[in-house]
Amino acid sequence: MSRRVVGPFNRVEGDLEVHLDIEGDSVNAAWVVSPLYRGFEQILTGKKPQDALVYTPRICGICSVAQSAAAAAALAKLQGLEVPRNGRLATNLVLACENVADHLTHFYLFFMPDFAREIYAGEPWFTEAAIRFKAQSGTATAQFLPARAEFLHLMGVLAGKWPHSLAIQPGGTTRGVELRDQTRIKTLLFSFRRFLETHLFGDSLEAVCSWRNVADLESWRSQRPPASSDFGHFLHLADQLDLENMGRACDRFLSYGVYPQDGGHLFTPGVWHEGVTAMFDPGWIREDLTSSWMAHRDEPRHPFSGVTEPDADAPDGYTWCKAPRLAGDVVEVGALARQVVHGHSLLRELVSHSGGNVRSRVIARLLEAARVLLEMERWVDEIEPGSPFCSHGKSPAEGQGFGTIEAARGSLGHWIQVDQGKIQNYQIVSPTTWNFSPRDAADVPGALEQALVGAPVRDGEVDPVAVQHIVRSFDPCMVCTVH
Amino acid sequence: MKTSVASAPGNLLWMQSGGCGGCSMSLLGAESPDLLTTIEGAGLRVLWHPSLSEACGSEFNRMLDDIEQDRTPLDILCLEGSVIMGPGGSGKFHRLPDGGVMKDRIDALARKARFVVAIGTCAAYGGIPAAGGNPTESCGLQYDGGVPGGLLGADFTSGDEMRVVNIAGCPVHPGWVTDTLMQLAAGALVEEQLDELGRPRSYADHLVHHGCPRNEYYEFKASAEKAGDLGCMMENRGCLGTQARADCNTRLWNGEGSCLRGGYPCINCTAPGFEEPGHSHLETPKIAGIPIGLPTDMPKAWFVALSSLSKAATPSRLKESATSDHLVSSSQKGRK
Repeated sequence: MSRRVVGPFNRVEGDLEVHLDIEGDSVNAAWVVSPLYRGFEQILTGKKPQDALVYTPRICGICSVAQSAAAAAALAKLQGLEVPRNGRLATNLVLACENVADHLTHFYLFFMPDFAREIYAGEPWFTEAAIRFKAQSGTATAQFLPARAEFLHLMGVLAGKWPHSLAIQPGGTTRGVELRDQTRIKTLLFSFRRFLETHLFGDSLEAVCSWRNVADLESWRSQRPPASSDFGHFLHLADQLDLENMGRACDRFLSYGVYPQDGGHLFTPGVWHEGVTAMFDPGWIREDLTSSWMAHRDEPRHPFSGVTEPDADAPDGYTWCKAPRLAGDVVEVGALARQVVHGHSLLRELVSHSGGNVRSRVIARLLEAARVLLEMERWVDEIEPGSPFCSHGKSPAEGQGFGTIEAARGSLGHWIQVDQGKIQNYQIVSPTTWNFSPRDAADVPGALEQALVGAPVRDGEVDPVAVQHIVRSFDPCMVCTVH
Repeated sequence: MKTSVASAPGNLLWMQSGGCGGCSMSLLGAESPDLLTTIEGAGLRVLWHPSLSEACGSEFNRMLDDIEQDRTPLDILCLEGSVIMGPGGSGKFHRLPDGGVMKDRIDALARKARFVVAIGTCAAYGGIPAAGGNPTESCGLQYDGGVPGGLLGADFTSGDEMRVVNIAGCPVHPGWVTDTLMQLAAGALVEEQLDELGRPRSYADHLVHHGCPRNEYYEFKASAEKAGDLGCMMENRGCLGTQARADCNTRLWNGEGSCLRGGYPCINCTAPGFEEPGHSHLETPKIAGIPIGLPTDMPKAWFVALSSLSKAATPSRLKESATSDHLVSSSQKGRK
């Protein structure tokens, strides 16, 4: 058995290293290390509650709007504010734009380039994959970057800029939308739809969203050459490398629910495990500090009583990341979790067959992108220019609130407590904190730590490529993790 | 055909420390042309960038070793994110896999580079992580807030005898970065092109106020009162656009945006210390009803006198739109 440190990882948005015990030709045990601490929860203490809208988006440059929306939701609860319909639609559009852009950024820039690595040079599929997906020089990057930049013009219209907008407020949004703005957004959405249909799917978004089960997907695949679309290309590579049997974690999926609409959410909240969907209760969340470089490790705490006090020499600590647990359990969050909880029949079938794995996580992300773009087209039509976008309230001198939403990479929550008009405690539990959490008091490893067990190691590999596929399949955001 | 730019290539290494990655995310949105075309046209080669490069782990560490041991020359070092000195000066809030800390690695690399560029306000001055009590002891490459020093020291110059170039902003506009990199590659960015805080003057000589679509409201002191109002945000909503050094309203963001166009105030994010204004970012501090932070280069008494005059002369069209989230036109009023 040999012990090895792999890292730093790039294309993961932030800093990450992984410690591996390798036995023979596979990983025997893994420890996930977040090596950077930034102190946002400490910074927010003593600030005016509204200023959370300035600081929290800057936790993360890739989930900036999601952080902003979670802070706004927490403040809305604190103030007892309702968001008018227009404000809800505009917020949904801005958050969806970030989430869809992130899914595609992950696919084209962060995930696919690993198939163009030299270690695969002897594979029959290598040349085609390298031409398309090689980092920087691949034809896909050249097409994706301009499409992404243009799609983000939606942010220029609705949110001033991206990242780090202040447009999302507790009571709605700051940018009144006129008819010309609606027209502009519609044409931007059409242009991005065209990119997805031409390059990613090679088919209409409606066709992609009509797949009900694995047979539908396989029948679609059988009718075209694998590399005629980037999605088809990925499925082909996934078969060649057996990605379906790589990176399985706990198969307990959590979603806070996202995109509010009349009567609930577009994607419903819940917990899914072994075929059963249960209600989600935020009261069940605890953060365990057993393996974190943190003080105050007496017992796992709910975020409302959470404490963040770094201790670089904490005994048994190996990461700056805390270990969130839901009713004591490790959960996986992300697009796959969100869609399985919501009831996507194709993804549920995939998961019941082989669980959460590298292949099903990537499929879920891309199918969700297609679905959300269709919703965005609907939302922009539903905006009523001239009607209010924002309601207004005052922050109470004392009180508390929380906001739970879904970022591209999973469940994100903010908990705020206010005393004498100032923030007394602010706790953030971000998606990758769930997925990349360390071992807890019962020595149960986090989701990625579980997913890495059994990862194959090829002859002579120093930084095993399978480990890289598994790590990146979660679309990790380390800067959020180590807020 | 071999062009002159292609014959004078430079390489670029992009490191990250105490930041959010937002400057990279913003840069990936460069347009007309896109980022990769711009870099190629400038004759630059990306040695490594966290979002764009294949190499990670041992391969990446070897690349850094090659630079530190002079096996690979380095032309441009970019740092995104603050330099993390804590806890207690140890740098352990940002550890490296080999047991070292990031601040030492950045220091070593900076001493090998021909040019050192701070990407964003964090790398320039400390930025957001330095807010509150600065729990991570964050500073910039050559500044600690507005005070020269930082990691590399006030007297530091890089291989080509240049102080650190501070592309401040939270985040940076992609155009600020691509312009600066192109000018460095072409040898066009000389000392006189930087302002008193090391920022490229091509964007920092402007004010956010220039080109603000709310200028008419500003002239008549027709002020916004709440989030989303169309009026000038200086009097009540904390807007610092009249003092902030950047071209955000003449070089727009994501096509047609800016903070002010998005309906929220400028928080002066290109300035050292913006993260800790000493009051809420979203309210204008006042003494006896008069905002404290008036335009810096205008006598206060004049400003107050002009303001009361223009307030008295405000057309009703502006007065009403100023506190609405959509334009109230005189023709609409006529129909009512």
